[in-house]
Amino acid sequence: MSADTVEKSTTPTVPTQRGGRRKPPLSENKKAERKLGLLLCAPAALVMILVTAYPIIYSVWLSLQRFDLRFPDQREFIGLDNYVTVLTNEFWWTAFGVTMLITVVTVAVELVLGMGLAIIMHRTLVGRGLVRTSALIPYGIVTVVAAFSWRYAWTPGTGYLANLFSDGAPLTERASSLAIIMLAEIWKTTPFMALLLMAGLALVPEDLLKAASTDGATAWQKFTKVMLPVMKPAILVALLFRTLDAFRVFDNIFVLTAGGNETSSVSMLAYNNLIRGLNLGIGSTMSVLIFITVAIIAFIFVKLFGTAAPGSDDSERR
Amino acid sequence: MAVETTTRAKLRWGLLDVLVVVFALIPVLWIASLSFKTPATLTDGNFIPREWTLDNYKTIFDTDQFVRALINSIGIALIATLIAVVLGAMAAYAISRLDFPGKKLLVGVSLLIAMFPQVSLVSPLFEIERQLKIFDTWPGLILPYITFALPLAIYTLSAFFKQIPWDLEKAAKMDGATQGQAFRRVIAPLAAPGLFTTAILVFIFCWNDFLFAITLTSTERARTVPVALSFFTGESQFEDPTGAICAAAVVITVPIILFVLFFQRRIVSGLTSGAVKG
Amino acid sequence: MADIVLDKVSKSFPDGTVAVQDVDLEIADGEFVILVGPSGCGKSTTLNMIAGLEDISSGELRIAGQRVNDKAPRDRDIAMVFQSYALYPNMTVRENMAFPLRLAKLDKETINRKVDEAAKVLELTSLLDRKPANLSGGQRQRVAMGRAIVRQPKAFLMDEPLSNLDAKLRVQMRTVVSRLQKQLGTTTVYVTHDQTEAMTLGDRVVIMRGGAVQQVGPPQELYDHPRNLFVAGFIGSPSMNFLHAAVQDGGLHTALGEVPLGDRVRRELESADAPRELILGIRPEHFEDAELVDDDTRRRGMEFEAPVDIVESMGSDKYVYFTVEGEKASAAELEELAADAGAADFAGAGGNLVTRLSAESTVAEGQTRRVWFNLEKIHLFDPGTGRNLTLHEGRAAGALAD
Repeated sequence: MSADTVEKSTTPTVPTQRGGRRKPPLSENKKAERKLGLLLCAPAALVMILVTAYPIIYSVWLSLQRFDLRFPDQREFIGLDNYVTVLTNEFWWTAFGVTMLITVVTVAVELVLGMGLAIIMHRTLVGRGLVRTSALIPYGIVTVVAAFSWRYAWTPGTGYLANLFSDGAPLTERASSLAIIMLAEIWKTTPFMALLLMAGLALVPEDLLKAASTDGATAWQKFTKVMLPVMKPAILVALLFRTLDAFRVFDNIFVLTAGGNETSSVSMLAYNNLIRGLNLGIGSTMSVLIFITVAIIAFIFVKLFGTAAPGSDDSERR
Repeated sequence: MAVETTTRAKLRWGLLDVLVVVFALIPVLWIASLSFKTPATLTDGNFIPREWTLDNYKTIFDTDQFVRALINSIGIALIATLIAVVLGAMAAYAISRLDFPGKKLLVGVSLLIAMFPQVSLVSPLFEIERQLKIFDTWPGLILPYITFALPLAIYTLSAFFKQIPWDLEKAAKMDGATQGQAFRRVIAPLAAPGLFTTAILVFIFCWNDFLFAITLTSTERARTVPVALSFFTGESQFEDPTGAICAAAVVITVPIILFVLFFQRRIVSGLTSGAVKG
Repeated sequence: MADIVLDKVSKSFPDGTVAVQDVDLEIADGEFVILVGPSGCGKSTTLNMIAGLEDISSGELRIAGQRVNDKAPRDRDIAMVFQSYALYPNMTVRENMAFPLRLAKLDKETINRKVDEAAKVLELTSLLDRKPANLSGGQRQRVAMGRAIVRQPKAFLMDEPLSNLDAKLRVQMRTVVSRLQKQLGTTTVYVTHDQTEAMTLGDRVVIMRGGAVQQVGPPQELYDHPRNLFVAGFIGSPSMNFLHAAVQDGGLHTALGEVPLGDRVRRELESADAPRELILGIRPEHFEDAELVDDDTRRRGMEFEAPVDIVESMGSDKYVYFTVEGEKASAAELEELAADAGAADFAGAGGNLVTRLSAESTVAEGQTRRVWFNLEKIHLFDPGTGRNLTLHEGRAAGALAD
């Protein structure tokens, strides 16, 4: 033992700086800082609010009117009639069911596949760069392009997959169409899920895994008892973003089935009412309903998050 | 023994790697393969073309429909990216460096917008843009793109900015730099990679969009490639548009592949840092 | 030529907190002054005010006789070494060191010459083309120093420059810093929370607590004649032992026995508002194994018996920890010191006595041992104010002084 080890402070610490710097500076400076902060944020905030908040309010207003662009003269205020029309319409509920089904199935499958992919990307001994690069391709590729690839793959005569299961055309039957839509969704978005999960994996301390190994944990136990708890916030973030994203499914359905054979999602239905039907009233009503549904889903997730919600980390600023 | 296990482990990981690569690449290779097939072999169901041709590419670059859409896509995505990154960088700087009221609110709003169902905006924006006379124009698409790219830009850039050792700014001042010099010569070079990464992510987002592009455009004036693809129908000179669609699809996939190949590391770090720490 | 004068310099925040209060300090040209204190004592804020990185709320700061309160850092001609080193990661070592010179618009040749000179002094010549990321901690530290010395500023400011190094390297760099400062003769203000650095490096040490200066003086003076409980506890490693002492019949009742008092201390304790309870402070080296003390020495102190807890042999001497019964000394300063050091490191106020005995002592763990301590070297503190009652005209004279 040397004299140094008896020294009062051999460990480097930084607290002194914090003591002085964290406190707010002079009031003049403080005012200037506030002003600058608001000034810098104003454009972004303004754009975001103008392009979302105003339209969604306007959308509520439109949804309370009969407003068909083909018959603009019949435009009038009709209260909640549009909501009654939509909510009693079986197409809406079919689309809603399809959307929910796609959301639940794809997110569940993606969670499992994404976790596997995340582990591969994070821990693989060989070709890490290759795996990461390949995995990014589905993330980056234009959804419509991928959708066409799947469509032609399953088109009888053209595709290499078309005759895999039956002689029929898979994209003309409801069950197989939905399965293909989900396959396309899963292919496209699993990498994103995996990236979010990988960020969580990186937070698992290597020492913790070693400690678990010496304590006699099996690989599965390490995964469930050590990794999962640490990754929980990352998993919740990934689930939240993917769930809300999956709920908006549109591109794949548009290209693969165009909503035929009762494979429309709510987004598809809203689009059809607006662009094909030119019915702004009904379209807006669906917009509002989708917004509310998403808000409910988000609310449930944020409740689950508690303080782990992204953006609540202001304390570690600077 | 130890050597054996590592070789075996490597083999196992290698197999998994191959699985991932195949899973990721097959749809891309398939559409590329289709784009090189001649009309005669297009429907043979073969994964690899028996006869190769570049005719499909010639066709699409000869049609105004595609070229116009490509120009639209590039122009709109670039402008939206530029604006979103500039606005996002301003806000992210404020969030990561300054103390001001409403900061939490801004972070919250961006989070909400990241989760916002874009289809809900389709009807009102359709109507609003018609009234503002920006329906079916570049600005009509740029505006919603900026809006939905901003949360991404703000989160990613805040995460990057938080990593910059801001002590350097002080050090530069002590070394005799003015505020401007400190920014230009010390901070800006450090912030550049973050800005670049964010720009790539935002560009990919804009490039990918289909919903806004199909609802807020009606003619070739502002139609982007993904939408144009879905409107490629058998025109008089070519009945079956498959080959043309595939060629066009490959063309708009090339930039993405290039980004991914050259900037894999940056994209991964951008996506992961923004998502978890944001 | 540059002296630095702080004239009633204060720093306060709008919410009313005062980070630095009326600091008066005259730093002579070429002097090496250390600001030391626990975290949050205002030492870094003081340094930043000298640098110009933080505004001065009131008071005046003069560098080379010139008021610089409102001058930007770049106009003060002082260099700073940061705790994080703050090396520009996008520049090579050479570019880092040349940066201040380039900003000063020197010609290329001069810049190269100066950088080469500085690099030679700090043994960085072979590293000039590397980026900071490829350097070790010690090398980065030297680059940071190099960037400071290359422009020959009026003064160096160093903000805990060694605290990110490991213990061994820190000791090494301590001598490097010290030698460099003497070589260049540049006025230096050095902030640290490490009292060993403070003791070994500075011409003078400024001890701060809660934004106020506690005592200023050469290290040895602070060690031998601490003005108050805080200074006494902060300086010294292992730290001074503190024991509860009750004033009784002209003497002191302590866990080590009845301590006699000299006339002067007694007179002081006779005044009406004098405390009835005191804190007795003894440094570890003022104890000795009673067997090894000659008669002459024995008369200057007193003895007690206590069970030996732990013996740490250092070779040159032995650190022996005794368990003592009795009430613990308590004062706000002691709690603060304990909190700063981490309770484990600061044994001073506990039931443990840390002593430094001669290596020849045959003391062993588990024994009960007779120990002598020097009454001329003890300090008595008022627990309420922390004042050192044994201090007379700035000199500590022990308990027995007449």
